[in-house]
Formats: sequence, structure tokens, C-alpha cells
Amino acid sequence: MKSSFRRQSWLIAFPVILLLLWTVVYPNAAVIAGSFENGLGHWREFAASPADREALWTSIVISVASVFASLAIGVPLAFLLGRFDFPGRRLLRAVATLPAALPPLVGVIAFLFLYGESGLVTRIVQRILGMQEAPWRLKGVGAIVFVHAYTMYVYVFLFVSAGLERFDATLDEAASGLGANTWQRLRRVTLPLLMPAVAGSALLVFMNALGSFSAPYVFGGGLRVLSTQILASKTNGALGLAYVETTVLALSAVAGLVLFRWLDRKRRYTLASKGGRKRRAIRSRRVQILTSFAAATIVIALVLPHLMVVLVSFARDGVWTTQVLPPEYTFENYRRLFSESELWRPITNSVSMAIVATAGNLLVCFLAAYLIVFRRFAGRGLLELLVALPWAIPATAIALGLAATFNRNDLLTGRVLLVGTFWILPLAYFIRDIPLVASAVEGSLRQMDASLEDAARGLGASWLLTMRRVILPAARPGLVAGGLLAAVTAVGEFVASVVLYTHANRPISMEILAQLRALAFGTAAAYSVLLIFLVLLMTLAARSFEERLA
Amino acid sequence: MTAAPRARGAEAGSGVLALNGVTRRFGEYTAVDDVSVEVGPGELLALLGASGSGKTTTLRIAAGYEQPDAGTVTLGGADITQVPPERRGFGMVFQHYALFPHMPVEENVAFGLEARGVSKAERFEKARVALAGVGLQGAGGRAIQSLSGGEQQRVALARALVIEPRALLLDEPLSNLDPTLRQAMRDDLRAMLRRVGVPALFVTHDQEDAFAIADRIALLKKGKLLQCGTPEELYEAPASSEVAAFIGRGTLVPATDRGNTAKVTIGGRTRELAVNRPKGAPSRYENAYVVLRPEALELVGQSGDSPWPGRVVNRRFAGGVIVYRVQLSDGITVDVESASGNAHEDDNVAVAPTKGPFPIVPG
Repeated sequence: MKSSFRRQSWLIAFPVILLLLWTVVYPNAAVIAGSFENGLGHWREFAASPADREALWTSIVISVASVFASLAIGVPLAFLLGRFDFPGRRLLRAVATLPAALPPLVGVIAFLFLYGESGLVTRIVQRILGMQEAPWRLKGVGAIVFVHAYTMYVYVFLFVSAGLERFDATLDEAASGLGANTWQRLRRVTLPLLMPAVAGSALLVFMNALGSFSAPYVFGGGLRVLSTQILASKTNGALGLAYVETTVLALSAVAGLVLFRWLDRKRRYTLASKGGRKRRAIRSRRVQILTSFAAATIVIALVLPHLMVVLVSFARDGVWTTQVLPPEYTFENYRRLFSESELWRPITNSVSMAIVATAGNLLVCFLAAYLIVFRRFAGRGLLELLVALPWAIPATAIALGLAATFNRNDLLTGRVLLVGTFWILPLAYFIRDIPLVASAVEGSLRQMDASLEDAARGLGASWLLTMRRVILPAARPGLVAGGLLAAVTAVGEFVASVVLYTHANRPISMEILAQLRALAFGTAAAYSVLLIFLVLLMTLAARSFEERLA
Repeated sequence: MTAAPRARGAEAGSGVLALNGVTRRFGEYTAVDDVSVEVGPGELLALLGASGSGKTTTLRIAAGYEQPDAGTVTLGGADITQVPPERRGFGMVFQHYALFPHMPVEENVAFGLEARGVSKAERFEKARVALAGVGLQGAGGRAIQSLSGGEQQRVALARALVIEPRALLLDEPLSNLDPTLRQAMRDDLRAMLRRVGVPALFVTHDQEDAFAIADRIALLKKGKLLQCGTPEELYEAPASSEVAAFIGRGTLVPATDRGNTAKVTIGGRTRELAVNRPKGAPSRYENAYVVLRPEALELVGQSGDSPWPGRVVNRRFAGGVIVYRVQLSDGITVDVESASGNAHEDDNVAVAPTKGPFPIVPG
């Protein structure tokens, strides 16, 4: 029986592992191999290029700065909302995760409309101070870190909030009983116990910032970072150099991963308690007013980008020049989106590509998670690694790997021509979202009592019946949540798309960029609003689906 | 208990469930080491042992979830070692019951019949009857989360019984119940299991559970079977000092084995005691120990038939009797049960053995 069980594990695992080796490992191996195609030539070229050295350095500086900026916003905000009660707390809590709902490129253009040279806030400050020119330029490292902090502090906030919620209040009480004051408790008890959450979210920010493309692409000005250098090299036909840059970017990501694991190596405790700590009401009237004022400011700062995109989506293209706000408003942008087939095309493209990618994610990640959680077989460690791997590879690197591998038909070397077809983008989205969906499903399955599968089999159920009646229902919350995240990411995806898109399969994000370049701000914003609307729609659909079944 | 029709044991060739020299290793660690036990139809065998004794692994081998590295599992003489759990037709009750949380009670109970392709109407009818059989009439529509621990245990039992199992396997069936409920469930469980009439094997770490439910007990330690017999046999004639130490309370004192009797000397005073050993044991042990159980000792006057002098170090009321912990000479401490509460801590007393025979074990 054991042997047949093992055989069955392999029967399911083999195609899954093979698919992952082919789509995740092979393209990246091809990139690395490509970087050595003329020995160390491309590497020497890279080392000799001041532009590339600058790009590597800038990428790392931006990533580290983004981590600190996100921590500076996320940690205090989590404490404020987790530990204190004040007027406006619920409103602030409701909008605190809003930036995560902005597709990457949309966040960037919202910032452009607000803080760019002709942006709303910039113009207001300029008028108030009576200056001839804009008080600042939204360019360079500062601008990129600014956008990153806005979109990425959410990770820190969510991790630390969850940590605070699980925090065992009796530990704090024990410390105060032993005579520790507030500051000592914070420094010696609370913060050390929150370190895993802080470190985990910091790593997430670092990886995201390192692979970030949209902010450097739009705000970089003359600034070079690795992800944009890769696209530039590829566009210029210097493929060998692009391979080296991609390898360096991926290596930096892996180095970051290893470094964080090493820094966090000693911290292994679980906070078992359900928490249950009450929030403290702020008593002092002055502090209360101050807190509420700060909260209101944060709420406005968080909501403003969304509002601005909505506002600009009604602005007539080409008339917003030197005014604080667009002078003319119209429904024309939306009307054209829905009536002109060329403008409608990116929307159907994005939706259908997201559906294909998400369906693939659900199937493959469900099987992988099932094998990882419930089966013991020789390839399990490999499968775990393969499923987590895309997380450590920046999206630009994934995209370039696909471009290098699926560019011709050559069955002998496992190559299929997908570049230039519909399928290349869904494949890229699929790969990017594997870790997300797999870990969501894994989380659900780990909550399931492992003896349920034994129980079903003991009652005589076949493997298929056990799957359908026991495992699938247990995996469902993870499938819904993971599928939603995958679909949301895919529908607004930009970073891999910009490397792999063609005119025929261009997604919404590429069309937004194109409209932006044509200075059709209204149309670009209308697309953005539509994208936000799609994300909202999918979230509501997932929620009602989950509620109907629960 | 109409839910558990007479096991199809007789007609479906159930018969004796036997583990024959089964061994299971996990890497370097041997979880089950050459264990052989037999359970007849209608018999209740407890696998008793501390955690890590290999009792659950033994049960999982019987169920087919674990494959033995050596040895076989037979049912009615037929080798079923290679038969996967889904085709053994055994009813299993898991430690935490393993009820499907997303199915209401009746779907849980009917699941085994669903797997057997029984029509919906029929399986729900059978589930209803099975639930009535365990005292849960009308609970079919309830959610698993709304059940108490005792109710969950009954649902798990009904689910195992409704498939008319060829053998019943229970993993710590009582360990998740609170003490009062546990007492009541022991009697219920024993009555229900006897009625089914198939071999029943259950795992427990609690000797009181084992004594109350089982016909026979297999005592395991570190994967090895120490002794298998009725509760009385294990208590009155333990095969080794390990068995004597695990089963019941008592102090092991060195003795000179003389066959039917043994001489025990404490503080220079020697008593000759009648002794008991398991069937098939050597008639004399080289190094022997006698087990002095609290109920086989009494406090006597200093002058009696050369009693052992000692000092009371602890006095504890145990409902009906007083248990004295008495420090004797030679570093030996015994517990003595007494109806009288006259002695107090730090009193000097004398201890004498009463009724025999006393268990004797090899050193």
C-alpha cells in the first residue's frame, strides 16, 4: 500500500514538477547561460559600463531606502491603530490598506497628477508661495522612494498589525508587574517579539522595490536602475548584456533574501496567545485633537491619489496645462473607451489573460500545495523550492527569461514559440503568481486536520472522492483568496508586460502608458479608474462567492 | 444500537484480527518492534502505553495507514497487509475524531456509504438510525462545530459503525472528554463495542480507561510489547518490573525467590510472602523483586509478627481510606492504605504485609 501511495504521489507530482522546471527554472537557466554565450565577454562589458554600475548601485540604494521609509510609516501606523482608540480610528483603519488596491502603474500616475511638476499639490504650493517655477520636481531617487513608501508600507502595516493582534497581553502585564515602564516594555518585550513580523515585511518591501519598474520608468528621468536597464538593453538589441543585467538583478534579490534570513536567524518564537488586549483610549484632550488631526491628514493623503485619478478621468484630454485643476470635464473619455474597438481591446485582453493565468494558477498550485502539505515523497523539497522560486526572481528577470526561451519552436530543447502570441503574457502572469496562490492554498490546507484524509480513506472513499468532498472544501478559502490576488495582480500587471507585449495583446497597463506618453491624461486616468473598478468587482465577487458557500 | 447490526463478521469472513511480528521503523528510530497481538470477534483489546510507546503506530498499521517494515496483518486468517485502508472496511475513530468540518452531522455519518455508492435516500436513512443508536436522535442536520466533545465522539462512533465494519479501531477515544463525561462514556463505549461483535482495538495511555473497557490489555513500551493479558493478569502477575511499575501503584523491593514464596528483608526483619507469577514464566528468578501494593499492606502495632518499622512522611485522604507514605529502613518507601486515620505525619509506625499472593518480577 505504501508503495502504491508513493507511486500515486509521484504520478501527481511528476507533471507538476516538470511544468515548473520547464516554465520557472529553464527560462532563468537560459538567461544565465545566455550571459556566458561568449565567455565572460558580456560580463566584462557589464563591469566596464559606468551606466550599469550606476544602475546596480541605484537599485540597491532605492530598495534599502524604500525599506526604511516603509518601516517609518508602517510600524507607527500599526501601533497607533492597534493600541489606541481615538476619534476617526475606524476611518483611518478602513483606508490604511487602500494603496495596495492601486495597480502599480496607476499609483505612479496618480502621484504624477498630484505631485508631478504640473500636479495638483505642486501647483497649490507654488501658488501659495508665489513661485515662478514648481517647488520640486518629481524625479530621481527621492521620487521613486516616495512612491514606493506609499504603495509598500501596507506590507509592513499588515504584518505588524497581525503581530500586535496575536501579541500575548499577559507578557506585557508580566513586564509591568516586574516594574518595567512603558518605554522599557516597548524596547525589551514588544519590539523583540514583533521582530519576525518587521523582518518579514521588510524583506517583502526590499524584494518589491528591487524588482520595481513602473516608478523608476516614469519618474527616473535620467536615472538608471537594473530593471529599466534590462529593458533598454533588450530594446537596443544588446541581448547578451541584458542577460548579464538580469542575472545580476536576480542575484541581488537572492542575496537580499539570504541576508534577511541570516539577520533574522535567531528569532524563532511563536506567539500562541489569542491576544485580546484592549485598545487604550487617549485621555488627554490635546493629544486627542492632535492624533485626530494627524489621522485626518493621513486619510486625505491616502485617499487623494484615488480621488485624483477619478477626477482626471473626467478631464478633457489636452486642456490641462498650467491650471491647478483641469478646467474642462466630460464623459468623452469613458464613452470612447467603450465605443472605440481599438481602445476597448486592451480591456478584453487584460481580462481574458488574467482569467487564463488564474485558472492555471488554481489548478497547478492546488496540486502542488496538496502534495506539499499531505504527501511524503522524495521530490517534496524540490517542489517546495520550485513553488517559492518565482518570488525571489524579479518580474523583469522572469519576463526576459521567457523572451529568451519561448522565442522559437525547437522541441528538442524544449522551446515553443510563444513570444508574439496571446499565450506569452498569461504564462508570465501565471509564473509570477505561483508563490502567492500556492501559499494561500497551503495555508488553508495546513489548517485542515490531516487525519480527515485518513478518515475519508478509512471509510472507503477513493482518491477522487476524497479530493472532491474533503480536500477541495478545505482548500477553498485559500483558493478563493489566492485566486483573487492572482487575478487582481494579473489584470493590472505592468512589469513583465512591458517586456513581452505586442500591439495585439497589449494589456490595460501598456495602454495607460501609451496614453500618458501621448499626454492624453484623461484617457489614461479613465483606464486607471476602470482597472480599479475591475479590482473592486473581483473582490466583491470573491467575497460573495465565499459567503454563499460558507 | 440497531445502527450496528451484528457485524457482518460471521458472513463476510471477519474473524480474528492479528498483528504478527509487525515492525515499523522511521529512519533510525524503531517505533514498533516485533509486536504480535490477536483480537477475536467481539473482543476488546487495549493498546496501553505512555506517549512514544508505539501504540498509535501499531493501530495505524492495523488500519493500513502505516505499512510494517516486517510482519503481517491478518483478518480471519487472510493476509491484508497490502490492502489499503479504503478497502479494509474497518471502522476507525480518530483521536480528535476527524469529523469533516464542512459537512453536517448526517453527511459525516453517511460519508462511508456515499463512498460505497449507496443511494442518497438509503444512506441518510441508515445514518439516521446509526445516530439514534449512539443516542443522537435528530442531530443529523446539526453543524459539527455546534457539538460538544461527547457528541462529536458519538458522531465519530456512528460514522465508524454505519459501514458495518469488519473491525473497529479507536485512537484514544476518551482522551478529549472531561473527567465526569469520561466515566460515563467508558460504560457506554464498552456496551456499544461488545454489541457490534467484531474485533475492537483501542489505544489509550490511561490504565483506568483500559481496565474499564478492555477484555485484554497489550502493554507497550518503546515499541516493544511488554505483556498481553487480562487486566487482572497484568495487575496480579506482571511479567516484568516495567509492567509492575506501569500498572497500579506499589513499591518494588528486592526478594529471595523460593518458587511459591519469597523472602523479603527490610531493616533486618525478614518476612516470607506467598508470590504470584505469570503463566509460562520461569519458576524461579535469579534477581527477584516483590511488588508491595498499598492495599496489601497495613499499619500494625510495633510488637506484631516482626513488622517493618518506619515513619509516616505523608498522610493523604483518598475517599474512604487514608493513604500513608511510610519511610522504612534501607531507603525503601511504601504506600499503605488504611481505614483508620489514627497515625499522623512524623509518627513512628510498623508496616506488615496482609493478603497475598504478591506479584514477583525478575530484576
